[in-house]
Amino acid sequence: MRAIGTLAHRLAILAYIAFALFPLFWLVKVSVTPNDLLYSEGIRLWPSRTTFEHFRFVLAHSDFPLFFRNSLIVSLATAFVATALAGFAGYALSRFAFRGKLTVSGLLLVTQMFPLVMLVAPIFKLLSPLGLTNSLTGLVVVYVAFNVPFACFLMQSFFDGIPRDLEEAAMIDGASRFGAFRQIILPLTLPGIAATVGFVFTAAWSEMIFALMLISSNEKATFPVGLLSFVSKFSVDFGQMMAAGVLALIPACLFFLLIQRYLVQGLTAGAVKG
Amino acid sequence: MTPAPRRPFLQRLGDRAEPWLYSAPALIVIAAVMLVPLVVGISYAFRDVQILNPFSGGFVGLDHFRALAGDKAFRVALVNTFWWTVLTVLIQLLFGLVLALLLDTPFRGRGIAQALVFLPWAVPTFLTGLNWAWLFNPTIGPLPHWLHALGLLAEPSNILSDPNLALWGPITAAVWWGIPFFAITLLAALQSIPSDLYEAAAIDGANPFQRFWSITLPFLAPVIAITVLLRTVWVANFTDLIIVMTGGGPADRTQTVASYIFTQAFKRLDFGYASAISLVLLFLLLAYALLILLLRQRLIDRDK
Amino acid sequence: MATIDIRAVSKAYGGHAPVLTDIDLSIRDGEFIVLVGPSGCGKSTLLRMIAGLEAISAGTIAIGGRVVNDLAPKARDIAMVFQSYALYPHMTVAENMTYSLRLKKTPKATVAEKLEAASRKLGLDAFLARKPKALSGGQRQRVAMGRAIVRAPKAFLFDEPLSNLDARLREQMRAEIRKLHAGLGATSIYVTHDQVEAMTLADRIVAMHGGIIQQVGSPLDLYDRPANLFVAGFIGSPGMNFLPGRWDAGARAVRLKADSVLPVERAIDLPDGSAITVGVRPEHVGLGGEGGLAAAVELVEPTGHGIILHLRLQDQPFKALTTDRRYLTPQESVTVTMPADRLHLFDGNGDRIA
Repeated sequence: MRAIGTLAHRLAILAYIAFALFPLFWLVKVSVTPNDLLYSEGIRLWPSRTTFEHFRFVLAHSDFPLFFRNSLIVSLATAFVATALAGFAGYALSRFAFRGKLTVSGLLLVTQMFPLVMLVAPIFKLLSPLGLTNSLTGLVVVYVAFNVPFACFLMQSFFDGIPRDLEEAAMIDGASRFGAFRQIILPLTLPGIAATVGFVFTAAWSEMIFALMLISSNEKATFPVGLLSFVSKFSVDFGQMMAAGVLALIPACLFFLLIQRYLVQGLTAGAVKG
Repeated sequence: MTPAPRRPFLQRLGDRAEPWLYSAPALIVIAAVMLVPLVVGISYAFRDVQILNPFSGGFVGLDHFRALAGDKAFRVALVNTFWWTVLTVLIQLLFGLVLALLLDTPFRGRGIAQALVFLPWAVPTFLTGLNWAWLFNPTIGPLPHWLHALGLLAEPSNILSDPNLALWGPITAAVWWGIPFFAITLLAALQSIPSDLYEAAAIDGANPFQRFWSITLPFLAPVIAITVLLRTVWVANFTDLIIVMTGGGPADRTQTVASYIFTQAFKRLDFGYASAISLVLLFLLLAYALLILLLRQRLIDRDK
Repeated sequence: MATIDIRAVSKAYGGHAPVLTDIDLSIRDGEFIVLVGPSGCGKSTLLRMIAGLEAISAGTIAIGGRVVNDLAPKARDIAMVFQSYALYPHMTVAENMTYSLRLKKTPKATVAEKLEAASRKLGLDAFLARKPKALSGGQRQRVAMGRAIVRAPKAFLFDEPLSNLDARLREQMRAEIRKLHAGLGATSIYVTHDQVEAMTLADRIVAMHGGIIQQVGSPLDLYDRPANLFVAGFIGSPGMNFLPGRWDAGARAVRLKADSVLPVERAIDLPDGSAITVGVRPEHVGLGGEGGLAAAVELVEPTGHGIILHLRLQDQPFKALTTDRRYLTPQESVTVTMPADRLHLFDGNGDRIA
């Protein structure tokens, strides 16, 4: 009886893993399938011959390296700026009791519930006279704002995990409050900071709606914008599209490994954010 | 009691200001990029704002809302939003709960298994959408053939172009992508249930099924309630998969209110009308949140 | 080193009952003061106000003659040992101990010299390169002490520094702290809820309860002449026995229940028939003597070097401490005697009489 239960449990886990990985496996499979086999071996699990031709083409003869670079710049800048701002705000929320604290937390929470698609039109209108449409800087500004609330909650929970005694000891030892923050608290929060950077990077890397709206030229396109325009232009070359897709997957997976340990803390801190 | 000597004004001001100095940069960015556009967006709802029309910008009162009342596509979108949200959240919850229960029992290789099943969450949503669109494409994807072989499809066709089935495409992708979220949240809740409760129940003679009903579910209920509430709002606003996979088609059969807003703003560049729809969506979500809060209050009052 | 003067200090968090009320205390240069009381009595708050970690609602605190109400902790030149030790986890023992000196830009040679002296004194030489994580509880406690010592501050503050140690280590560190103080002669304020620590360490004990100072005095003062029922019950282990009664002015005795009478042999200025509480320490109770009161035996607790008898005397719980092993054999009842010169008398308000 117990053995059957254990077997069923393992099989169920395997089924979940298969369901989670199959789409990604298929992406990789098509990206290494030579064009001449794509249709004849359409639903075979692995092609009889594999090729890296699609990757070579995408890397050498398409704009994807450019899109990749743009996305990397935007996502890294967003991640670092948002984490820095959230670090300070999260510290204030964690360490000070001040009038208005509840309002600030409430405001941050509300922005998480908010239909961001509502802001597409007004943000476009407001950024355009500032020259921030069709600009990577503009995207970074928007992404930072969207990600700061969640990053604040995350950083606050990391700060909450550091005993107050430590900075009090430092302040008695002769440090100012800011000195204690910089020399004692920050070094101890480094893993939390890394996790926050990872979360924000992942979010910025996958953002699409505002990128579509704000970016109009190929040179400024981020990966989703580039990939979607590629799809509508050359919707026949599946191998190349999927090779590009695999490329988009790589940084996301790397950052996933970085934040894996903090997933539970992160998702419960935000509770609302995807 | 002697009163404490009054401290210098500047020093008191400095103490008061300190937390605000730390949070100011974040608050300024949020105000500039979220609150200001929100107010501006609300004003657009009552104005004629079209990017392609240089003479637009005038005040039109409630014209947009009148147009909206007669907009058949909007009514379809409302119905679609309901089904899209309810189905996505419920299926995610069901699969997420089962996964959390599976992962709550220790077994060899649990760490790796956990990392693998949570991986979809890290996949960018645009890629999730494209990937599933390809899987549903009979030319290169296996799904239509499998569904046909199982007798679920009369022929291996693309369900994304079938008006009656198309909504299931984005729902499947959303479920795939969103299961980890529920699983992680519920797993954290499961692991906070003290294990001696289970031991006590086992000693009292409860079988595993009874233990689940009498201990696990009551403990999870509040977490499930809050997660479902927040996720419902989030999924209702989540447009990426629909835009990537179907663009709202075929014949608006997968258009939700949120994707309709995007279509109006992005494709038609009619910001006024898009903002009017946004305002309606905001009110619907507020009404939903209010309803939930009232229900919760009723339940709490009844428990007293 | 310095004196510390606390004048009319109060602490209240907006809207709540005050945590501290009208605290007055003068601490002499080099004195070892122990603040003792049950948890929630305000002792830690008072310490944190001296350290500058907690704002002062009213009154003044002066260190070395200078009012420090508005000074940041770092400007007060005090060192503090925390209950959690608060060692910086990312710094080595040496870095932990020299952090304050490095903040003050002390020349490297001086830092090394002071570190050497302190670590030798505390027996930490072998651990200087380790991180706190790699130390035992007792070693961490020493590092926390070392961090305070290297600074040679005006005053040492200790916030229940031994609570996280096991009993044996606590005893050992207690003796070491006392020895260190004898060597350094620094003004020290030590917070604890443990009356044994208070008795063994203090030059003077400040007993606190409900945010109010109950009594200030030498350990033996508090033991011999507790100012009120709270101090009487708090100091000493097992705690003092209390029996309710009425003052019989004519007989110069306390009339207990069941018409038994305790002669007091003291002149007391109380109206006849006033309520009075008699206190006697378990170690002063005589057993089996002539003319004693009968008490039922409820429980016998051997502690090794003695025996604690849990009795019931006139329907009151009552304890007696004896080293006579005959009492290990359970008996139905014993007679107890209370020598008149060992009796503590408290009036209806709980204050000591005479």
